[in-house]
Amino acid sequence: MKIVVTVKLVPDTNADKRIDPGTKRLVRTGIETVLNPFDEYAIEAALQLKEKRNDGSTVTIFTMAPETGKEIVRKALAMGADDAVMLSDPKLEGSDVAGTSYAMAAALKKVGYDLLLCGTQSTDAITGEVPGMLAEYLGVPGLTYVRKLESDGELLKAQRETETGYIDVAVKPPVLISVTKSINEPRYPSLKGIMGAKKKEIKSLALSDLGLERAVGSDGAKTEVIALASPDVRGKGKVVTVADGAEGASAIVDFLKEKKLI
Amino acid sequence: MDFDLTEEQKAIQSLCREFARDEVAPRAEEMDRNEAFPYDLVRTMAELGLMGLPFPEKYGGAGGDTVSYALAVMEIAHADASTAITLAAHVSLGATPLFLFGTEEQKARYLVPLARGERLWGFGLTEPGAGSDAGATQTRAVLRDGTWIINGTKAFITNSGTEITAGTTITAVTGDGTNGRPEISNLIVPQETPGFTRSKKYRKMGWRASDTRELSFVDAAVPEENLLGVRGKGLQQFLTTLDGGRISVAALSVGLAAGAYDEALKYAKERRQFGQAISKFQAIQFKLADMLTEIEHARLMVLRAAWEKDVGRDFALTASLAKLYSGEVSRRVVNEAVQIHGGYGFMEEYPVSRFYRDQKINEIGEGTNEVQRLVIARQMGL
Ligand SMILES: Cc1cc2nc3c(=O)[nH]c(=O)nc-3n(C[C@H](O)[C@H](O)[C@H](O)COP(=O)(O)OP(=O)(O)OC[C@H]3O[C@@H](n4cnc5c(N)ncnc54)[C@H](O)[C@@H]3O)c2cc1C
Ligand SMILES: Cc1cc2nc3c(=O)[nH]c(=O)nc-3n(C[C@H](O)[C@H](O)[C@H](O)COP(=O)(O)OP(=O)(O)OC[C@H]3O[C@@H](n4cnc5c(N)ncnc54)[C@H](O)[C@@H]3O)c2cc1C
Repeated sequence: MKIVVTVKLVPDTNADKRIDPGTKRLVRTGIETVLNPFDEYAIEAALQLKEKRNDGSTVTIFTMAPETGKEIVRKALAMGADDAVMLSDPKLEGSDVAGTSYAMAAALKKVGYDLLLCGTQSTDAITGEVPGMLAEYLGVPGLTYVRKLESDGELLKAQRETETGYIDVAVKPPVLISVTKSINEPRYPSLKGIMGAKKKEIKSLALSDLGLERAVGSDGAKTEVIALASPDVRGKGKVVTVADGAEGASAIVDFLKEKKLI
Repeated sequence: MDFDLTEEQKAIQSLCREFARDEVAPRAEEMDRNEAFPYDLVRTMAELGLMGLPFPEKYGGAGGDTVSYALAVMEIAHADASTAITLAAHVSLGATPLFLFGTEEQKARYLVPLARGERLWGFGLTEPGAGSDAGATQTRAVLRDGTWIINGTKAFITNSGTEITAGTTITAVTGDGTNGRPEISNLIVPQETPGFTRSKKYRKMGWRASDTRELSFVDAAVPEENLLGVRGKGLQQFLTTLDGGRISVAALSVGLAAGAYDEALKYAKERRQFGQAISKFQAIQFKLADMLTEIEHARLMVLRAAWEKDVGRDFALTASLAKLYSGEVSRRVVNEAVQIHGGYGFMEEYPVSRFYRDQKINEIGEGTNEVQRLVIARQMGL
């Protein structure tokens, strides 16, 4: 089984972030780039599946990112993936979700896959829309929010999280599956993995390799960012000092009455 | 000249940083309080390949360089010195003599499980009466019918008595020698050797979760082939081992100092007095500026010594300079880190109080500050 994991490179989750008011884009200079933490769960799920099947299945990392992200892709290889493909092109800059998914889909058709694993969402744009759109563009079933995944002969058995419970589904590849954080505990890359990663291949694809039928990047964006604003700083709450619990309770009741909530 | 780490060194550094932050730091206070040896952390470090980091793959190691090893020790010491010394003593003191001086047979038998991190190993040089004066060894070994019979005591031996310790290499007087100096050799003493026993763990001021014990040998018998390296070269072999060991203790000092500094910086920004964060007071800013200056200075010295070792240069002097300087820097840094915390720094809930206690041994173990100065003066030809 050829497993491909899509990973996004994102600015360090712990860093303070700033938006450039001119371009309305995130300022990425001076911020360390990391693997989207959600995608580490997808990598782990892929590796576990490969190890369980133990039938020559392979794990390929796929990312659409600038070439400077190569070093970060090596971390995914150090965790145990076999090789990687990077789709890099200056013309991709400014792609919106539809453009991103369209370009990724074209590249993934070239790469080939039986199982496509995605994270649930990124930690920068956080739309969570790429997996769904990608499945649509690829014309394969898309199982999102999967928290359990097993392979059973020809079939993959997945448990999807819902608001109130879960749904068990069985599916025949090719298929796209996005996984949630409850599916596993991602491994650390081992030293052996780190040393071995530099010998693994990272293939490059450019837009000219894909033969796209419509524009991507800023030119092809169907959405436009009109304005960006930081949320208002929340004011201080009301602090009431009381002698005991009973007095406190009546203070709360008074407050709720005043707001016409009770 | 290039100050950038290689891609691989950066990857190892960030792996260790993540491991230290996510797995070690949250446990450090509790381990310290209970003097609990971190078996599970050792297991994880073994899985990651850290316990055999600098040894070749054919001996079960990860084939990393000394710079990566120093970076690993720094990152782990940033969270907890006990875990860092367990790693550093295992690699630099326990396993290294077997790697440097062992026969292929001894390496296959003893080194491989150590490099894989399945077992630990001790380095038995110090005795109750032979500390800085390590050549004053009283432990004696007599070769009788193909068996070494060992009698004596070793003091303060790290990693010597855990449930996964496989043995200790010791120095012992094995003959009269020449010029009135006794002949000293190294012997491999497996844990199950009859007549070899370990005391209970010492109760320590710092490094409380690490395993330190006194060893006793009463007619302890090991086969003749357990001689490590050349007979009569035991002290030199151990001193050579300590040259490399200094890089890792120096790295430990830098990591510990950086950990204390980060705590102090965070606290200074949070703590408010006289209507503002104490980090706004110039007196506090200057302390923090001095701390960072000294830490970065020490870090450069450690990495330089590690690099010299990697490229095959004579690194003994730089390693001693780095060990001495970073040990003293770590003392000044933990002292100011507690000072910046005020009374809270004296409370065990705050990590700086542990850093403060853990620091002192950095100026004593593997050659005291005074001995370091002696070694440096000797290198200067004085
Ligand atoms: C209105 C709008 C305007 C935007 N404008 C810009 C802009 O001008 N410039 C700009 O750079 N960005 C812009 N973005 C962000 C950009 O469109 C998204 O980052 C991108 O489409 C991915 O979406 P996401 O981060 O929300 O991914 P999600 O849908 O949250 O990610 C889910 C999963 O999809 C996969 N995935 C997502 N992105 C990639 C990728 N690149 N490679 C591999 N796998 C991936 C991962 O597995 C991930 O876990 C904009 C976003 C919006 C909503
Ligand atoms: C927690 C811990 C772990 C340890 N782990 C190990 C281990 O794994 N293996 C091992 O072999 N040892 C280990 N040691 C021992 C350590 O290396 C010794 O404690 C150290 O070398 C100092 O020896 P000493 O304690 O006998 O002090 P002493 O040598 O008695 O020194 C006392 C004081 O006199 C000074 N002094 C001594 N000689 C001179 C001189 N010539 N000129 C000027 N000043 C001098 C010293 O600097 C020191 O200040 C450990 C110690 C501790 C506390």
